[in-house]
Amino acid sequence: MPKSSELLSEQSEYKYGFYTDIESLNFGKGLNEDIIRKISLRKKEPEWLLEYRLKAFKHWLTLRPPEWADLDFVPIDFQEISYYSEPKPKDDSDKPQSLDDLDPELLKTFERLGIPLGEQKRISGVAVDVVFDSVSVGTTHTEELKKYGVIFCSISEAVHDYPDLVKKYLGSVVPYKDNFYAALNAAVFSDGSFVYVPKGVKCPIDLSTYFRINAMDTGQFERTLVIADEGSYVNYLEGCTAPQRDENQLHAAIVELVALDDAEIKYSTVQNWYTGDKEGRGGIYNFVTKRGLCKGKRSKISWTQVESGSAITWKYPSCVLQGDYSQGAFYSVALTHDFMQADTGTKMIHVGKNTKSTIISKGISSGQSKNNYRGLVKVMPKAEGARNYSQCDSMLVGDRCSANTYPYLEVKNKTAILEHEASTSRISEDQLFYLQSRGMSMEESISLLVNGFCKEVFKELPLEFAVEAVKLIEMKLENSVG
Amino acid sequence: MLLNIEDLHATVEDKPVLKGIDLKIEPGQVHAIMGPNGSGKSTLSKVVAGHPSYEVTGGKVSFEINFKDTDLLELDPDERAREGIFLAFQYPVEVPGVTNLEFLMTSYNALAKHQGFPEMQEEAFLPFVKEKMKMVQMREEFLYRSVNGGFSGGEKKRNEILQMAVLNPRLAFLDETDSGLDIDALKIVAEGVNNLRSKDNGIVLVTHYQRLLDYIKPDFVHVLSDGKIIKSGGPELALKLESEGYDWIQ
Repeated sequence: MPKSSELLSEQSEYKYGFYTDIESLNFGKGLNEDIIRKISLRKKEPEWLLEYRLKAFKHWLTLRPPEWADLDFVPIDFQEISYYSEPKPKDDSDKPQSLDDLDPELLKTFERLGIPLGEQKRISGVAVDVVFDSVSVGTTHTEELKKYGVIFCSISEAVHDYPDLVKKYLGSVVPYKDNFYAALNAAVFSDGSFVYVPKGVKCPIDLSTYFRINAMDTGQFERTLVIADEGSYVNYLEGCTAPQRDENQLHAAIVELVALDDAEIKYSTVQNWYTGDKEGRGGIYNFVTKRGLCKGKRSKISWTQVESGSAITWKYPSCVLQGDYSQGAFYSVALTHDFMQADTGTKMIHVGKNTKSTIISKGISSGQSKNNYRGLVKVMPKAEGARNYSQCDSMLVGDRCSANTYPYLEVKNKTAILEHEASTSRISEDQLFYLQSRGMSMEESISLLVNGFCKEVFKELPLEFAVEAVKLIEMKLENSVG
Repeated sequence: MLLNIEDLHATVEDKPVLKGIDLKIEPGQVHAIMGPNGSGKSTLSKVVAGHPSYEVTGGKVSFEINFKDTDLLELDPDERAREGIFLAFQYPVEVPGVTNLEFLMTSYNALAKHQGFPEMQEEAFLPFVKEKMKMVQMREEFLYRSVNGGFSGGEKKRNEILQMAVLNPRLAFLDETDSGLDIDALKIVAEGVNNLRSKDNGIVLVTHYQRLLDYIKPDFVHVLSDGKIIKSGGPELALKLESEGYDWIQ
């Protein structure tokens, strides 16, 4: 049994920390118009998209990184990052025809990450788009999905194959002027996933994207766009890992969701980027802009996230509730350990009438980490009958970590009803001893405590994801307390 | 012999608290340990249960497991619990988000699995636990509230006795279970404990007051002072302490 003074965490062996030695096509470090043109050319993009990128880049040059978050780190040198890296194709032809034709090293990598891609071994019931550094290297189940009219492919393919949809919605939820990292992403985004679910279709299987950062000194700037047409439904999952390195790496993504009348999108993330070592060296800087637009009446968007990785997390998955009677939800578990820092939360913007939002946030901090919830509930003047329920709970493990809650409210309509609850608790030696003295092992005790604390969020995750998330959190916490 | 403590020394934050305790407990016996504040009463029960904040610096504690004397100090707290040691906490801990039912069932099954009894799922466990709740007069709704969350002092203590009833320990330490209880709650708790007395198990009552001993008759009373047992006797010793205080011994 550890003493309180030993409650300091010991970073577990990060089993996804390996590096795949694979030749890559890399544009070198630095960011300028040339690089952006090169990316666009490499992707054989239409002129309008290149222009969009260049406009975003010009705007980005006028911005400074946001400083309002409660994060403490050495400023990022954006000229020291390489903005494009793809596994070198065997010949100059386009993408391999079938996933079975992929470089065996890549197949092996994803198999090791638990995402078998080969036709025979695939996980049934979930379609996967896999993004390796700057490119999507393959998408499974696309043909099967096409039968239902569901489009699931990389965004680069979508630009060519479904230009009207992309043109109409890209940047419609997160404009490039939104913030510093959104502008950066709009300028240099290299790949990501695209989903379109047609009217009245309930997507028959879950869709998912797996993000892998591999190359050194390279940032990942992916962009995901999900459109659910009237009366449709889709369940979308996202996972991410990266090699273990002493240098920090930047991940600045954008995710845009659009739900039309009566459509529903559920978006779940298990984020497990490399966190840095126990002295705080290395790890991913995760600066992500995720936003969903409930554009149609009675549309629903929910974000569920388990944030257990990254040295720094800056992420506020939000909902704009534009359609009358639309609903937004945010369910989050954020775990920080060692020297990790997380500033995460959500924004719920009530625009339409009788809109409803729910926020459940659970922060667990251990070691010397910092874990902040930052959230905004905004009720616009015309949003009659808006309702929000927020609950923000923090759990501290040991006595050198910190947790803060910053709930902001802007209410411009008198009919709004808002409720907020918050709590802070501590996993103490006494609590663990209490459970152990009832016969439960250390593992069982932690699992019971964490499950109890996160129950409301875990129940929102698809079953296999929930099991995975529980295991992940348990493993990380076990190393923090024992 | 169920428990044999010999010359036990223990420290907390390098400060000696137990300074040579000797105590033997046979199956079927009830012992009361009394003593002024700071004499080491609570420490003794925590050391037997294996609390990590206390360091054993000398002596032996052996516990009979499968007819063999086993060095208890070698076992982790959860292993001790699975072998049948139970500590009713003076200050029961809250476990937010975990229902009492989940907690009791996980705990029961951890012991059952180790001791070779069939584990129980909710269907079988519910009637079993409800029966035990009657004994300590707890309403069913307590099963669905989080462990000790928002419980009154008396409810927490009754919840401890409920756990004891569910786990059926071979050796139970009740650490000031009577403190902070009104007379009705005290009677309920005492009745619960009396129901759990058997020829096979041992019970140790750690208490400040004679009051509890009016309801649970101990076989032996020990007086602890400055980390040592300075006097042992029968129930009459407790009565004498009640009327004359501790000064006459020291």
